[in-house]
Amino acid sequence: MNLQDFLPMRHEILLVFLMIVIILCEIFISEKSKHYVINISIVLFVLQTIVGFLPIQQGNMFGGMFQNDLFRSTLKNILSIGVLIVFLQSSGWLKKEENKGKISEYFLLLLSTLIGMFFMVSSGDFLMMYLGLELATIPITALAAYERNKSKSAEAGIKLLLISALSTGVLLYGISMIYGTTGSVYFADVAVNFGKSSLQILGLIFFVAGMGFKISLVPFHLWTADVYEGAPISVTAYLSVISKGAAVFIFMIILYKVFGALFDMWNSLLYVLAVVTMTVGNLFAIRQNNMKRFLAFSSIAQAGFILLGILGSNAMGAASVAYFVLIYIVTNLGAFGVVSAIYNASGKEDMREYNGLYKTNPMLSLVMTLALFSLAGIPPVAGFFGKFFLFTSAASHGYYILVLIAVINATISLYYYLRVIKAMFIDPNDNPIPYFKTDVPARIGLVICVAGIFIVGFATSIYEAIYKFTSLM
Amino acid sequence: MNILSLLILIPIITVFGIAFSRSKNMVRIVALVGMSAQLLTAIVLMFSYYATRDAGVTAQMIFYQDIEWFKFLNIHYTVGVDGISVAMILLTGVVTFAGILASWEVEYLQKEFFISLILLATGVFGFFISLDLFLMFLFYEIAVIPMYFLIGIWGTGPKEYSAMKLTLMLMGGSALMTVGLLGLYFNSKGADGQLTFNILEIAKVNIPKSTQMFFFPFIFVGFGVLGALYPFHTWSPDGHASAPTAVSMLHAGVLMKLGGYGCFRVAMYLLPEAANALSWIFIILATISVVYGAFGVIWQKDLKYINAYASVSHVGLITFALMMMNKVTLDGAIIQMISHGLTTALFFALIGMIYGRTHTRMLDKMGGLMKVMPFLAVGFMIAGFSTLGLPGLSGFVAETTVFIGAFQHFDIFHRIATILVVSSIVIAAVYVLRMVGKLLFGPIVDEHHSKLKDAKWFEKISVGTLVIAIAGIGIAPFWLYNLISYSLTPIMSRLNEFSNLYTHIF
Repeated sequence: MNLQDFLPMRHEILLVFLMIVIILCEIFISEKSKHYVINISIVLFVLQTIVGFLPIQQGNMFGGMFQNDLFRSTLKNILSIGVLIVFLQSSGWLKKEENKGKISEYFLLLLSTLIGMFFMVSSGDFLMMYLGLELATIPITALAAYERNKSKSAEAGIKLLLISALSTGVLLYGISMIYGTTGSVYFADVAVNFGKSSLQILGLIFFVAGMGFKISLVPFHLWTADVYEGAPISVTAYLSVISKGAAVFIFMIILYKVFGALFDMWNSLLYVLAVVTMTVGNLFAIRQNNMKRFLAFSSIAQAGFILLGILGSNAMGAASVAYFVLIYIVTNLGAFGVVSAIYNASGKEDMREYNGLYKTNPMLSLVMTLALFSLAGIPPVAGFFGKFFLFTSAASHGYYILVLIAVINATISLYYYLRVIKAMFIDPNDNPIPYFKTDVPARIGLVICVAGIFIVGFATSIYEAIYKFTSLM
Repeated sequence: MNILSLLILIPIITVFGIAFSRSKNMVRIVALVGMSAQLLTAIVLMFSYYATRDAGVTAQMIFYQDIEWFKFLNIHYTVGVDGISVAMILLTGVVTFAGILASWEVEYLQKEFFISLILLATGVFGFFISLDLFLMFLFYEIAVIPMYFLIGIWGTGPKEYSAMKLTLMLMGGSALMTVGLLGLYFNSKGADGQLTFNILEIAKVNIPKSTQMFFFPFIFVGFGVLGALYPFHTWSPDGHASAPTAVSMLHAGVLMKLGGYGCFRVAMYLLPEAANALSWIFIILATISVVYGAFGVIWQKDLKYINAYASVSHVGLITFALMMMNKVTLDGAIIQMISHGLTTALFFALIGMIYGRTHTRMLDKMGGLMKVMPFLAVGFMIAGFSTLGLPGLSGFVAETTVFIGAFQHFDIFHRIATILVVSSIVIAAVYVLRMVGKLLFGPIVDEHHSKLKDAKWFEKISVGTLVIAIAGIGIAPFWLYNLISYSLTPIMSRLNEFSNLYTHIF
């Protein structure tokens, strides 16, 4: 094996390299100028993201344990863009006095979870996938407890750790059943040796349940709101967008490639999960006043919509899911970016405190409005296209009733998204949040989000590209 | 460049122009210039439409343009117009122009107001020119969402409640529509074996009857919500009553027509068999709309509620005429759309102007306004007379055509429905004459009202434009008739293919 053979692993190798650089910075930069680590990390990660788009991306390694093709590279690039935005948005918060001593920890932990996700997306067997999943989960529990002086943050960390352990156990149990009945952990071999024995079906159910925890599908969602509320905002954004996106990708890949023989089984399973997830997520979101909890429940509902795309179970479905996740990343990070900017400036994160925001901070309000419209699926912003294609993909299998339930849920979701807009634009307030300037990196992050919200929908070439790569999968 | 794309481009440019305007005066001037250009484009479109038809072009849609957008789903940017669309575009142009003038003196967040208003108009224009279902749906939603801001921010009374109710109900309608459109798409496999969103292509496909029966209610009710079909009309009175003047005008005048137009262009044209089989349900609902709306008016004391309920009644008449499904009633339905659009816009404009002076909309707190503001009062009377169907004004033309067509059905069911609906004219006379008499004649109720000024120049232009259009249709209905009549033929023949298959339940 020469070095060139490692090129398909470029995303991962570069990330490791990046982490080493950050460690060196941590050691050699003096305490006073520690905040340069932020800029260094961001610039390095920009390079990493750009390199991710370069060609030569296909190849199998380690006997098929690690696979990379154009589709998976696209997924990784989508995740990279999201992480870049998260980095940009977190810089203002990291510069605060109480975080000074642990800046590089933040980047190291976050990047190691990203490596885990990349391995997970690229996995060719269950072992690799499990390894990636663990690598993606455990550092993030530390991140959730990042503000260790706050009891809520600590609570979020421990909750996330326990739930992750439980769900991983469930998942592993399912995998062991599949291994026991097929005699292999390689996706390709498992798919060939699949019968329809009841143990395999049980394995499938455990697998779906385990992944359900990660994607926070109802009824496995109970940890979501507390963790999202307790964790620092940029970690919450990361959890709700990147983590979830990566889990959705691998969930979809495994369902299509490994469990293709059990199509009927998991189809009806996902049908029920989609209905319950959308409905419960929406109904709970209506009652929330804390913006982080609010976005937590809205993200549960969005996961329900994503399942509609997976149900399409064809190239169009896969492409729609990848496309929607891309839109979801820019959209939700836009919303989180505004919430985090406001929190950093004023410490407020209650919806009622947003009253009258448009008068004092019109630009932030407009960004928030666009993001919320995109989440609700209102044209001409990207969310409309994403949702429509998910619905189309479900309808292509004749699931019209499911689509009906989904569109009714989309209407319900519009109600609570409009609540925020009402607070910002309509409700009077004698004492609104005063005008403040957002720091430059966060502003760049928001600009990327807004550009994404507008461009991703109208630019057909993005969808076409994803669609083309999907059919190569 | 295609003249139709210009209809979308001009409003968008205007929006940017407003966004970069510096002074209050500049904002409204930019808005007015933009919408005048838009109206002019609509008029040019009408004349070039005539010219093209006279030149012997027989294509169903002209100025047709087709650009591929999302390849794998076969979504296109397809635009084209027939006479009906041209008529609707003209209507929209006139009402938007008058609406801008009627909101000349908006003070609060003026820039945002005009931007939202013009975005709404963009959606409407786009809806009328699109021939691709996806595009149509996109514009539909673009037209609905600015309403939330327009009513919520600049409205009066329980505005948050009304805005939320209106938005959610209309979005609920579009939710139903989504299912219907996807259903159409996945059953549109034509001769070339490709699924399509193109309306003209889908019209060539014979979708199986059971499928039609399943999807027709989704699409028809989806659009019907916007057309204030009973029992989905409840957003309309609240929404109209709370909305600012120009928004009521655009909404009742144009946006509600999207419902009727969609029912007719999508539901009936593409699913003719189901339309024939299910028409009786919607005739019953439309009859209830008409009669219920008319009776609803009598109890109201607030001028806006009066006109809002009258709108429910008159828009119900459109659905009724559509479902009667013969050539004459379809003609009538289209003319009624135009006529009601103009009349109700005039009404709301005048109510807004009167309210701006008297600061009340309650009928029992006003009186004798004819002496104080003769120009507005005369305009008000014209609007009232058109509503009750006085010959010489557009309302008469529309209603007569509908009723003559409806009486061509000989069976008892259609007869009873027609007679019930005709009775609404009498009720209309009651409420209009009562309102006009109380408001304009008699003694001046409130002393402060005697010092009020009559219309200003922009109000005169606004009212004048609408009055000319209303009287124009009333006096010379044939030009409108010529415009739409030819375009109805393909739709009518499509409906007729199936009309004999079903004998009615009665």
